[in-house]
Amino acid sequence: MARPGENLRVGLFATCINDLLFPGTPAAVTRILERLGCRVEFPTAQTCCGQMFTNTGYFEAGLDTVKAYAQAFDGYDYIVGPSGSCVGSVRHQHQMLAESHPALAEKVARVVAATYDLSEFLIDVLGVDDVGAVFPHTVTYHPSCHSVRVAHVGDKPLRLLAKVQGLTLVELPDAATCCGFGGTFSLKNPDLSIALGRQKAANVVASGAEYVVAGDNACLMNIGGVLHREGAGVKPIHLAQILARTEAS
Amino acid sequence: MTTTVGKDLGERATSGSGATSGTAHKRLTPAPPPGKLEDSPAFPAAAKRELGNTQQRDNLLRATATIRAKRAARAAEVDQWEELRVAAAAIKDRAHRHLADYLEQAEANLTRAGAHVHWARDAAEANQIVVDLVCQTGVHEVVKVKSMVTQETELNEALEAAGIAAWETDLAELIVQLGHDRPSHVLVPAIHRNRSEIRDIFVKEMGLYGQAAPEGISDQPAELAAAARRHLRDKFLRAEVGISGGNFIVADTGSLVIVESEGNGRMCLTLPKTLISVVGIEKVVPTFEDLEVFMRLLPRSSTGERMNPYTSMWTGVTPGDGPQDVHVVLVDNGRTNALADPAGRQTLRCIRCSACMNTCPVYAQVGGHAYGSVYPGPIGICLTPLLRGLDRPIDRSLPYACTLCGACTEVCPVKIEFPDLIVQLRRRVAESKQAERRPHLETTAMAGGRFVFARGSRFGLVGYVTGLAGRVLAPRRTFGRHLPWPASLWTRARDLPVPPKRSFRHWWKGAGR
Repeated sequence: MARPGENLRVGLFATCINDLLFPGTPAAVTRILERLGCRVEFPTAQTCCGQMFTNTGYFEAGLDTVKAYAQAFDGYDYIVGPSGSCVGSVRHQHQMLAESHPALAEKVARVVAATYDLSEFLIDVLGVDDVGAVFPHTVTYHPSCHSVRVAHVGDKPLRLLAKVQGLTLVELPDAATCCGFGGTFSLKNPDLSIALGRQKAANVVASGAEYVVAGDNACLMNIGGVLHREGAGVKPIHLAQILARTEAS
Repeated sequence: MTTTVGKDLGERATSGSGATSGTAHKRLTPAPPPGKLEDSPAFPAAAKRELGNTQQRDNLLRATATIRAKRAARAAEVDQWEELRVAAAAIKDRAHRHLADYLEQAEANLTRAGAHVHWARDAAEANQIVVDLVCQTGVHEVVKVKSMVTQETELNEALEAAGIAAWETDLAELIVQLGHDRPSHVLVPAIHRNRSEIRDIFVKEMGLYGQAAPEGISDQPAELAAAARRHLRDKFLRAEVGISGGNFIVADTGSLVIVESEGNGRMCLTLPKTLISVVGIEKVVPTFEDLEVFMRLLPRSSTGERMNPYTSMWTGVTPGDGPQDVHVVLVDNGRTNALADPAGRQTLRCIRCSACMNTCPVYAQVGGHAYGSVYPGPIGICLTPLLRGLDRPIDRSLPYACTLCGACTEVCPVKIEFPDLIVQLRRRVAESKQAERRPHLETTAMAGGRFVFARGSRFGLVGYVTGLAGRVLAPRRTFGRHLPWPASLWTRARDLPVPPKRSFRHWWKGAGR
């Protein structure tokens, strides 16, 4: 039987934070997509989505990353990244940044339209909600703000988790409230960022889960950082790393 | 004759305000906290101060969670909620696109109906007009309907300086006024107070300014409300001048609309002989028909009610019924600056429902006093810099008082795109920092980052460095808690992972694949 990703050339958008700090996540994306038949490539001209600059008010710096992104990914059938926030930034901000550069704008529009968060790509493009994953643990899901409100991934991560063998999903109290990371917000308003991170971590602990799962490692670094400091024992894990686990692994 | 009296008292007003700082001035109403809101410390410092108030945090987290859930339930009941939001945004945008025309239409219809229309460019002009009008009546006190624009212009203090006592009659505004406090929310200005604090304020202050709280009053809401009712009754019954804001001005009829819950507004709008309504120029809607959209959106978005208890509408003077001397003061005070700003003008759609602040995770932690403005939360961090500019430390820090989570935009009944606007305002702050040509840590870091992130080859070198750090630090999994600043901003409460020995791109190129 033909696999759903057969003949698709996918550019892996690792994202900068994953590239430097969480390489296991893009590696997991690669395993999932290859399992489904995709040809995965990692164009090394990529850097990041640029939201670190844009969201702090440095639009010119943001524009330079938009250029790098467009150059790295132009020509791929699809571009897939494990981050609602970074994909959301590409989708929501890249054309705004490029609009006064006509030559670039066209390329950007093309690349942006081909960019997907992992959960969207699996469900909307490949039409798969069961990726053959096995994860015999209790998890709670944090719907990261940008995945829901910028990338609009909706309930797709939950639909994927529902098909994971052995996984028990428990509810996260006050799930829709921000974890307080907010990019440079965490440095500009550290007291608030910490207060919100502690609130989220307390809700994660209250859920009774062994793992807190999300589609964004930046949020997980914040929540996980508080959990680890407080010795809470609940472990952060990216959605891709659950979906990549099979019986064999 | 009346003009002369007004002028005399106007001058008295000026000397009176000077006297507050110098010679002893016997106050008529409770004094608010000293200092000007716009001189507040930058947001991070103010937020830290407010975070330390654990009682307030508890009050706020509980209150915002309750009102958030009510709003969500009431909004979900309306099948065409999204269509109503789209319509509301469109009506407001149309009104603002032709603002001068609609305002002149409103003025003509108000004048025809017997009202006097006054125009104020800024807060000082607005306050002076009101002070003069009150002085012309010869009275020394006014009753007030809760109004954000008069909080913005600090009208009460201008009246106080002119020897006129302004009594707030909304229950929460009364709590704030008697508490020598400032509002911390646009809808429930005493949201930061719990009932035992309110009891203490009533016991201590009510008797100094009128009917005292009953002996042995408890902190039961019914008893507190009864005490407020008794305290306010004399003021309502003897009031000769009422002062209000206005939720809407209808251009095609010249009608004003006040939406409220307690009935205090209705008393102020009907009992006095003179009624002065101070209204921001952005409050105009073209037709009476347009109101239906807002009357469906506003109560559900603000108090989480299907319908508010009292909606008062009046059109100038009705002979023999209600106030016979009716004034409307139309206030700009920075609104035309916001209107001239293509990114910022959407903030003028705001109907002050407060859904954004009730939904904001930052607001729920710190409350309204951290924002250095009568407008806190998402609308405040956008509107305040548009009205006041981006020059003061507090105003420059406001656009950064946000995680960009976007929860506010989901609930805004007039579809203000807060995160996009906030990012635009940050851009202005960042550009002015860069233009200063003195080194800032932030601009330097961003310039370095820009160079690195502009090319994959350069960014790859960062991966070598972090990988090297990972190998040096192994087998540690996290950094300790004592990293130097600015990393300490993170690590004082959160463990930070030590980078892996190889970045993803090196793993990809190497044997890992």
